[in-house]
Amino acid sequence: MSGPIQIQPDETFILNIGPQHPATHGVLRIKMEMDGEYIVKAETVLGYIHRMHELMGENRTYPQVLPNLSRLDYLGAMGYTHCHVLAIERAAGIEVPERAEYIRVITVELNRIASHLFWFGAFVMDLGGFTPLMYAIQDREYILDALEGITGSRLTYCYHSFGGVANDIDDDFIKATRAIIPMMRKSLKKYEALVTGNIIFRKRLEGIGPISAEMCRKYGATGAVARGSGIDFDVRKNEPYSVYSDFDFDVPVYHECDSLARYMVRMDEMEQSLRIIEQGLDKLPDGPIMPAKKPKLIKPPVGDYYQAVETARGSFGIRLVSDGTKNAYRFKLRSPTYSNMSLFDEACEGMLLMDALAMLGSLDLVIPEIDR
Amino acid sequence: MTMIKETVKLALQDLFPDPPPVVEEPVAEAAAEGDEEKKKPAKKKEEPRVNGVIERNHAEHGYDVDVQLEPGQLLAAVMILDRAGFFLESITGVDWIKEDQLESVYDFSRYDFDICRVVIRTRTSRSEPKIPTISKIYAGASWHERETHDFFGIKFDGHPHLIPLLLPEDADFHPLLKDFKP
Amino acid sequence: MSLTILNVLAAVVAAIAFAALNAAYLVWAERRGAGRIQRRPGPNVNGPFGLLQPPCDGIKLMTKQLMIPGGADKALFMVAPVLTMIPAIASFVTIPFSNTIVAHSMNVGVLMVIGFASLGGMAILFAGWGSRNKYSVMASVRSVSQAISYEVPLFITALTVVLITGTLNLHEMASIQAGGFWNWNITPSLSSPLMPVSFLIFFICILAETNRAPFDLGEAESELVAGFHTEYGSMGFGLFFMAEYAHIVIGTSLITILFLGGWGCPFGLYPGVWWFLIKIYFLIFSFILIRWTFPRTTIYGLLNLSWKVLIPITLFNLLLTAGLLKVF
Repeated sequence: MSGPIQIQPDETFILNIGPQHPATHGVLRIKMEMDGEYIVKAETVLGYIHRMHELMGENRTYPQVLPNLSRLDYLGAMGYTHCHVLAIERAAGIEVPERAEYIRVITVELNRIASHLFWFGAFVMDLGGFTPLMYAIQDREYILDALEGITGSRLTYCYHSFGGVANDIDDDFIKATRAIIPMMRKSLKKYEALVTGNIIFRKRLEGIGPISAEMCRKYGATGAVARGSGIDFDVRKNEPYSVYSDFDFDVPVYHECDSLARYMVRMDEMEQSLRIIEQGLDKLPDGPIMPAKKPKLIKPPVGDYYQAVETARGSFGIRLVSDGTKNAYRFKLRSPTYSNMSLFDEACEGMLLMDALAMLGSLDLVIPEIDR
Repeated sequence: MTMIKETVKLALQDLFPDPPPVVEEPVAEAAAEGDEEKKKPAKKKEEPRVNGVIERNHAEHGYDVDVQLEPGQLLAAVMILDRAGFFLESITGVDWIKEDQLESVYDFSRYDFDICRVVIRTRTSRSEPKIPTISKIYAGASWHERETHDFFGIKFDGHPHLIPLLLPEDADFHPLLKDFKP
Repeated sequence: MSLTILNVLAAVVAAIAFAALNAAYLVWAERRGAGRIQRRPGPNVNGPFGLLQPPCDGIKLMTKQLMIPGGADKALFMVAPVLTMIPAIASFVTIPFSNTIVAHSMNVGVLMVIGFASLGGMAILFAGWGSRNKYSVMASVRSVSQAISYEVPLFITALTVVLITGTLNLHEMASIQAGGFWNWNITPSLSSPLMPVSFLIFFICILAETNRAPFDLGEAESELVAGFHTEYGSMGFGLFFMAEYAHIVIGTSLITILFLGGWGCPFGLYPGVWWFLIKIYFLIFSFILIRWTFPRTTIYGLLNLSWKVLIPITLFNLLLTAGLLKVF
């Protein structure tokens, strides 16, 4: 819709989106230079919820850092702790029993659905439709209840531990999860009828907020942002970790590069996660959930290690530099939304304010995860 | 599978004309020995590493190609990766206080199934840390470099907007330096 | 003459009471309705079915301090909420609730209601400018451009009805449609075959005029925080809120009179104020349903809809009706 606009430099004004603004879902601030409703230039200001998790990672022992990881992304915390335990296991050479890996995958995928559900609700709310949020939250509640039963927490899980998981799953969890699968499939159909097919909704997203594949590459965008731009990249497939190679699932890729493509990717991903959970429950092997031999004190050998996982938001990575002690020498967290957000400044130039905010919503931001 | 890894390795090795690939040895050891070689890189770390390309075992380290180079060679190396279609994963620093050096680490990875993670390291002195910016090549590096500047005080030469990103705008400290006292 | 003035005064008092009561209980209905739609109870603590919630909210709003932001244009800031309420109340004067319940039947009733509705835009502009808040200014500019674009099809559609009924008097307009739904203006006839379309357009325009979702761009909370009333608290906000619902009541009344036969029963039985109320509350309920179902449109989508779709259709309909009226 935006034609070529002539901008008089003295006719612009600065509009602050945030740090407290309903569209940013947290304490993000975007300084926008506006020409009426058009954005001339945007500059993102970060750091309002910066907690220096990386320094905490250096000061604490490896098990002590584990709870920090789930504070990064409070919506999809399971994936982040998964990354941490995988990184330490890779570095310290700890073997993980197969059953534990299956349980990890099931919980991570459940958490991914919960995260996507919340994003779905919040995103439609950004566009002015309040009702889907309530539906999504109710569906999410079943998942959180199931996870609460085995992990003891609802958001900031500390369930995965080095070598396996903290508790074995019980019949209640399996029953609840089995019940969630058909329930979610029904809900997804409902969302499609209620939201995806809505003409206003589609008009607001189609062709809005284009992010080219090349732009994704230059900014290192991953997750649904990359997959919405036609990049077939999912760490679970491209760099298989855990037991993901045992599962049969597809990676939804859309080539439209717009906000609707990113929306569709996430909606399709929920179905794929359901498939993974289904297979995981079917194939769940018996056995221990912790290795028989596990070092009391985890001291990875000197060297540096990188572990990437696919969280709900994209490729999350931990770069671990070990000096052979029980603390990390350097503990770098590569956060997916940090890279995804960094392209916003460039992508939103020349857009209308409301389109830019629709695009912002489609990036699926969790601010504590950007600021770390 | 190893296609892109080999081509990138060869392209990157061209950056080191003087001491031709002396650095292949640890790779051979790593591939040959099995479990015991974990300690080997540790010993190598004791003496300063010679610049060059090392191939790593992905299952063990999580990355494939490990390059250490002079700050001056950085742009050339990054341009090689850019042409090969890599995306920028992250940039970070490491404070090697014993050697009085700051290291800047660049992670590059690929979108296709030919998985190959390339790590580029470059070291600079602690007293006057200066590394050229790669934000002209990878626009996304801008934020990563600002973050590294926040945490380590590394100055990225030519960066257009090197102001604190995660720290407060008046921050004059660098919390991830090993001698940082809060 | 003095009787007329007394009559009007009484009507104004009644209108204020009606508007305030409606606003209060429409908010309650809206919240309960939204609760139903969203699988949650809605307000249900104060009184049976939460019926005491509106007075509680009212008391809360009235006892709060009225804050004026530093640097705001005090006069405009204070005038705006009052100015938004006055036309809403004044419009009630000429609306016939039944054959007998009408404060002052005017020969220019349609004109007056639409004229007063346009005044609401000025109040929003005052509020936005007076608040000295960029969100408010942007929102009020949006609101006003929206109001202007939608008044055009609104008025053209009203003109079509005026052509058919041959009067600008709302009371007469409703009387002409008495008898049953086949007499209503919404029913297509030989001389006006496109009336259902007109009704739809009029309905959309009223939605847009009253700043209701999906056209609530003036208070798009995910973009402009709370729109033009971002800086208003206490009763300033309360007045905007009340005016919004008063506008809804007027808008739906206008739809009812212009298209749905006013106080007439669909089958010609027992015409009276109850039919009028049933009709407007049915329309208001559909407003609520729409608000809680659809996401918001964009400002350009909204303006394009008006200028590129609605106005050509309404103009065509006007010409067609005029032509056919000449023929038949």
